[in-house]
Amino acid sequence: MTPELGQLALILAMLLALAQSVLPLVGAWRGNRALMAVARPAAAGQAVFVAMAFGILAWAFLRFDFSVQYVADNSNLALPWYYRIAAVWGAHEGSLLLWILILNVWTVALAAFSQKLPEVFASRVIAVMGLIAVGFLAFIIFTSNPFGRLLPMPGDGADLNPVLQDPGMTFHPPMLYMGYVGFSVAFAFSIAALLGGELEQAWVRWARPWTNVAWAFLTCGIVAGSWWAYAELGWGGWWFWDPVENASFMPWLVGVALIHAQAVTEKRGSLRAWTILLSIFAFSLSLLGTFLVRSGVLTSVHAFASDPRRGVFILAFLTIVVGGSLLLYALRAPKVLGGKPFKVVSRETALLISNLMFAVAAAMVLLGTLFPLIGDALNLGRISVGPPYFGFLFPLLMLPVVLLLPFGPFLRWGKGDAPVLKQLLLRAGIAAAACAIVAAFFVDGQPKAIAGVAALVWLTVGVLLYALKRWREMPRGRRYPAEMAGMLLAHLGVGVFVAGVLLSESLSVTRDVRMAPGETQHIGNYDFRFDGVHHTTGPNWTADQGVVTVTRNGSETTVMHPQKRTYPRGQVQTESAVDAGVTRDLYVALGEPMDANDIEGAWALRLYYKPFIRWIWAGGLLMMLGGLVCATDKRFRIKRSAKAEAGAEAADGLQIQETRA
Amino acid sequence: MRLLLQMLFVALLTFAGVAHAQAIEPMPFKDHAQELRFQHLTHQLRCPMCQNETLADSNAPIARDLRNQIFRMMQQGKSDEEIKQYLVARYSRFVLYDPPLTPGTWLLWFGPLLILLGGAGVVLVAIRKRSRIGSTATEAPTDNGDDW
Amino acid sequence: MSRLLPFIGFMLLVGLFGFGIWWNTQHDPNAIPSPLLDKPAPTFNLPQLYEPTRMVSKADLLGKPYLLNVFASWCIECGVEHPVLTAEGPTLGVQLVGYNYKDAPDDAKGWLAKHGNPYDLLIADEPGHTAIDFGVYGAPESFLIDAKGVIRYKHIGPLTPDVVAKELKPAIAAMLKEAP
Repeated sequence: MTPELGQLALILAMLLALAQSVLPLVGAWRGNRALMAVARPAAAGQAVFVAMAFGILAWAFLRFDFSVQYVADNSNLALPWYYRIAAVWGAHEGSLLLWILILNVWTVALAAFSQKLPEVFASRVIAVMGLIAVGFLAFIIFTSNPFGRLLPMPGDGADLNPVLQDPGMTFHPPMLYMGYVGFSVAFAFSIAALLGGELEQAWVRWARPWTNVAWAFLTCGIVAGSWWAYAELGWGGWWFWDPVENASFMPWLVGVALIHAQAVTEKRGSLRAWTILLSIFAFSLSLLGTFLVRSGVLTSVHAFASDPRRGVFILAFLTIVVGGSLLLYALRAPKVLGGKPFKVVSRETALLISNLMFAVAAAMVLLGTLFPLIGDALNLGRISVGPPYFGFLFPLLMLPVVLLLPFGPFLRWGKGDAPVLKQLLLRAGIAAAACAIVAAFFVDGQPKAIAGVAALVWLTVGVLLYALKRWREMPRGRRYPAEMAGMLLAHLGVGVFVAGVLLSESLSVTRDVRMAPGETQHIGNYDFRFDGVHHTTGPNWTADQGVVTVTRNGSETTVMHPQKRTYPRGQVQTESAVDAGVTRDLYVALGEPMDANDIEGAWALRLYYKPFIRWIWAGGLLMMLGGLVCATDKRFRIKRSAKAEAGAEAADGLQIQETRA
Repeated sequence: MRLLLQMLFVALLTFAGVAHAQAIEPMPFKDHAQELRFQHLTHQLRCPMCQNETLADSNAPIARDLRNQIFRMMQQGKSDEEIKQYLVARYSRFVLYDPPLTPGTWLLWFGPLLILLGGAGVVLVAIRKRSRIGSTATEAPTDNGDDW
Repeated sequence: MSRLLPFIGFMLLVGLFGFGIWWNTQHDPNAIPSPLLDKPAPTFNLPQLYEPTRMVSKADLLGKPYLLNVFASWCIECGVEHPVLTAEGPTLGVQLVGYNYKDAPDDAKGWLAKHGNPYDLLIADEPGHTAIDFGVYGAPESFLIDAKGVIRYKHIGPLTPDVVAKELKPAIAAMLKEAP
């Protein structure tokens, strides 16, 4: 299977993507059914060729084809097969191939599940997806070809960066890309709505499940990345506000605002223009992330190797897609206030306020991430913006959201019911305050920890009270529609997440210690006994492996094996030992031997006690689950009548010409 | 060629076999409070040569040297401010992850507040407009009849 | 009109990014501008590499300008820079002072024996403390220090013929013009 076939497949895919984008758009504009009908087959064809290209690259890795430059740069003979597959997306060119593959996954799903949508609308949506595909395929073909040859072929390759040789690595990029790329669906729906003058009022309802699922995947991807950094990088941190992390967080924040705005627009018909704008922002930030990571414009440990030519290409692409859509928005977005009105105290207002906070938070992250660049532009010198900035402003902005959250479900559309709200405030507030006071004794008065407990109780009691209300008031079978169940799960997840962050940040203990075999250190409630270090080997590494026995009140809790691995090319990688637990993690990282010639003697070790840190990711997973559950609501399944509905409206406004060959 | 050299530079720094220092370094702190102070301080400072890492986390030789220097200065009784100024005088403000509030960083520190105020204004206007339209019809339930 | 705001805001962002890409082609993104430019060099007192009992201090070097070149045997880029230094060093018109950074003396001497020694004077900073005062964070780095002991120019990374011609020599010329 020559790699050149992969290149050919990509070119064919791009041609099909061109057909997929241009022809149906023309068809929708002119009412030409034959042209519109090109959309789905073209999308299918493109998907086949992209899958082929991806398969060829994966095959090249599996067969150790070092004549392909990309394979030689990112793998070697000792790399296990599962990491060779992960290596397909381990560097710039391959990760773009993954991006376009996932775009095709979404497009094919869209093509399959949109059969019941009005033809004009559906063909526009698929066409927009095709336009995006054209851009990425062109980018790959012209600047980032993964199939380039390396001749003469080397006997062995370089290596996949050892940091990436971890299960989290196989998981994190695909999940993240599913999210990033998934926002293109909401984007495509919005563009189609703008192009069509929003004849189909129900388009937001059709867009909602796609958006929820994309957001859920993005949540999963971010959680996976955070967990991976914690387990793999050895410093016990789970989030660093690194530019590349921020690049994934901004679309997530806008995505939260979007899924809530879509709910308002779908049910009440209001905020239509804002929902469209948010869809454009969410996907634009996804594209922006792609740009930031590959253009070299920002410094990050995460960033792919940069090349100004690539930077210019992506920037041009970004300008066309985002600039074009924002211009379209300026020209065609609904100008008249639509939908049902609402009072100051209402669910709409609450959602508007939360939208505001999330949008400002995303803007703040963007500002902080780009400020070093602004500093260079305005000649302010090299300024660094890091966790002290983001970690200060973000919680500040999220505080109103956490306070308002329990009120959301209790508020009614249009006009809220004051006594109900007061009751909620009293019950949840007292519960939170009471637990906070009790917690204060356990955590020695640490304010962050107390705040974490208070937030957890406030949010959880709010969710439970609403669940109870529904149980009492509604007949069986109608108590928890999927959409609501998803909401409750996700909001619960917020509480768990906030508790995890505040508790682990305030109660963690970290110690760098020098230990000889047999010595014990006491951290948290645990005793860590160092039992020496010995040599060991793995599939493609050798390591110094330490043994640390952990006991609590005398009984053994666990034995931990931190390692310092050496890979074929000489890279040294610290593999920390983590003992996971629901209420705490124990974490040990190996440093250096005190005497470099005697690994059996004393070593420097870093010991961590991290209470409740798993709650951070558990909370994230609950949010993800909430998003997925919400998308399964049967209200979102398109009835046969949708086409008829839209058909009836269309007949009034638009003449569809039937041209049969 | 420049790109290749840059990559070599970075590769050298990340995987320097000879001068491979570790960020794990037991230091003889006076007490736990001093250790916490050290951890907190080194987490706020940026390694001058790494690709966006704190002094606390970096394996680079310069990070190790600077950590030792900071430790020495703490032992000498210098305050956090003095230590930061010492580093800024030698490595520029680049090493501060917490950008100080100067006219140059007003946009950074006050920008989000301005955006918030602007956005809040827009939201307020929107809510006002909406609450004036119509009155009693707002109680109408949504299509599944139970206000959800 | 307010509907155009997002578009306008975005185009400003595009401008910023375009600038960023261009800026990267002009500057090394890893280089930090030195806060010590046009400020007095830090005082130092370091042993000579070949005669460790003899110390060299900043005061000893006042009166004549010099190029302080930070290098080490473990530094790959220094090997790339060395031929340039050997070739262009004599043409610069200033003393060449080698600053051996965090290196075992034997390693350094062996390296110089192998690659050649273009330096007029060699000092050694094995612990690396003084280097911190200079704001050194890696090797190679080069400082142009004038007769009064003020740092006039700093270059991070290896000296290439391009850098020598376009930056170093003009800096030396400007410096020499001022001196009485």
